[in-house]
Amino acid sequence: MKRTPVGGLLILGTMALAMIGPILTVILWAFAVKWRYPHILPTEWGMKFWFGMLGRETIITPVLTSLALTSIATSAAALICWPAAYAFARLKFPGRQLMLFSFIAAQAVPKFALFVSIAVIFLRLGLVGSFWGVALVQMLSAVLYMIWIPTAAFRGIPPALEEAAFDLGASRLRVFLQITLPQALPALAASYVLAFVSILFEVDGALLIGAPTVTTMPLLLMSLSAQVIVQEAAVLCVLIWVPCFILLLLTRRFMTAKGIAQGFGA
Amino acid sequence: MLQIDTISKAFAGTPAVREVSFTVERGELVCLLGPSGCGKSTLLRVISGLTDADSGSIRIEGADMTRAAANRRPTAMVFQSHALWSHMTVAQNVGFGLRVRGLPKAEIAEKVGAVLDLVGLSAYGKRLPAELSGGQAQRVALARCLVVEPKVLLMDEPFSALDAHLRKSLREELKSLQRRLDLTTIFVTHDQEEAMELADRIVVMQAGRLEQFAAPGSLYRNPQTLGVAQFIGAMNTCTTTVSLGQANWYGQPLRLALPDGEAALLCRPEDLYTDPRGARARVTRVIDLGPVTKVSLMTADGDLLTWTCPREAAPDVDAEITLMPRRLHAFRDGALLAQIERPEPALLEGVPA
Repeated sequence: MKRTPVGGLLILGTMALAMIGPILTVILWAFAVKWRYPHILPTEWGMKFWFGMLGRETIITPVLTSLALTSIATSAAALICWPAAYAFARLKFPGRQLMLFSFIAAQAVPKFALFVSIAVIFLRLGLVGSFWGVALVQMLSAVLYMIWIPTAAFRGIPPALEEAAFDLGASRLRVFLQITLPQALPALAASYVLAFVSILFEVDGALLIGAPTVTTMPLLLMSLSAQVIVQEAAVLCVLIWVPCFILLLLTRRFMTAKGIAQGFGA
Repeated sequence: MLQIDTISKAFAGTPAVREVSFTVERGELVCLLGPSGCGKSTLLRVISGLTDADSGSIRIEGADMTRAAANRRPTAMVFQSHALWSHMTVAQNVGFGLRVRGLPKAEIAEKVGAVLDLVGLSAYGKRLPAELSGGQAQRVALARCLVVEPKVLLMDEPFSALDAHLRKSLREELKSLQRRLDLTTIFVTHDQEEAMELADRIVVMQAGRLEQFAAPGSLYRNPQTLGVAQFIGAMNTCTTTVSLGQANWYGQPLRLALPDGEAALLCRPEDLYTDPRGARARVTRVIDLGPVTKVSLMTADGDLLTWTCPREAAPDVDAEITLMPRRLHAFRDGALLAQIERPEPALLEGVPA
């Protein structure tokens, strides 16, 4: 006799509901025109708030700002972090492990406290309230993904692959561009997506450095939620969430415990 | 063709290769043979330029290559792990070296086709490395090197990850290809049989040193050091003391024209023969291997002996037999003292009671 693990299923169901429930609610809200207590589902459906939202400039500007900010911050972080990750993976230099661990140490500091001290410096440099100031501070959110995952990826490439190309006459640059980079590309893309999404939703830095002149999407979301027009916030949420979710799904296979552990040099 | 002159290499103070010198002739296949950690792979990497030598020099066709980087040397290496690039097709892998050299596309395609034909994979150009078997992958790795027409082909245990049967057939293929192309080749292996079958000459290495450089048969019949004697093929080793031209061999005194002192007397299992004047030993095990029979024996002193003989000559287990050596290799301090043919028993002194 096979016993159905009723208890297990119950726990699983509760957990799934707890995780998916809030997202489901947001999606429902985005398509709800009227949804009042005590109804379990919206009583009137429609895309009313979608059309209302998308035409408004106060909405469009932060979205564009966010996309520009995030693209620039992520790309800049990639330019700095990927070569660093290559160095961590391939070169042996004193303090290598210490530096790798310092990236975790930075994670252990409350971000807000870190940003306050950065804000003090930025104030003197005139970067507070500027687009570039926000871009600079948001790059910090990317460092973790941009170092760990690429380091693991570069480490995972057998040195013989590079040596074989070098041995056949290729220059160091050619080896890197035609062998190392294509081999690491899927993981690099994954790190880019993860960093992109985490910067897109970054709030602390944007709030402290950017507000009120630079309004990003999450900041807009906060202000919309405060105005108690639930549907508008929900529409924006869904709008951001769907593409991000699809992107994240593509990076799933790099988010393994092994991949991250390799970044640490395990 | 290829001159290796007193090459040394140490890693963090630990010597890996110590003052190795030898010269390889054009079209010759030389095996670097030795146990793992003997420095043979390091030496190969030094020849390729992937590892720098600490001292010594390397010349290829007279040109000094010691300081040249790997990408400037006329060598090409086949790696144990085949090291094919998974993001390129077989044809792209093979054509890489030609693209680096800036050859026109049509010429690359033609040369890649020809070399894939040579290794019997002409139908596989569009495949990805992941779609190949182990043997096919290693053939592609070989083709990738052959296509750039290296002056010296280097192979680092290329077949050791493959199963025994495949290994043998690839060995045959490589040998005939190498002969046909008259390709100077250095082949690293820890597999004696592989080295003996492939090589024109073998460099036996131990603890970073070149022990002996000779043709396979010569290594077997005339080992010049104790290390080679014990590494190549089987040997019965008897440690004894020579005094006044006599030495005790497994309880039987023999007349040996050797200087006094400690000596190791080594004898191949097939170089033993039954003789009433010989050393006495009891048969502990008889193994019929097919072509020969292997007889394990124990002397009165507890020393173990191995004798290989024709099946008809094999004794029964527990039988007491007396054996004499047809040929002895005598070593002192690891170096050859003498090779003694048909030693005679010393009849006057030391006859066992």
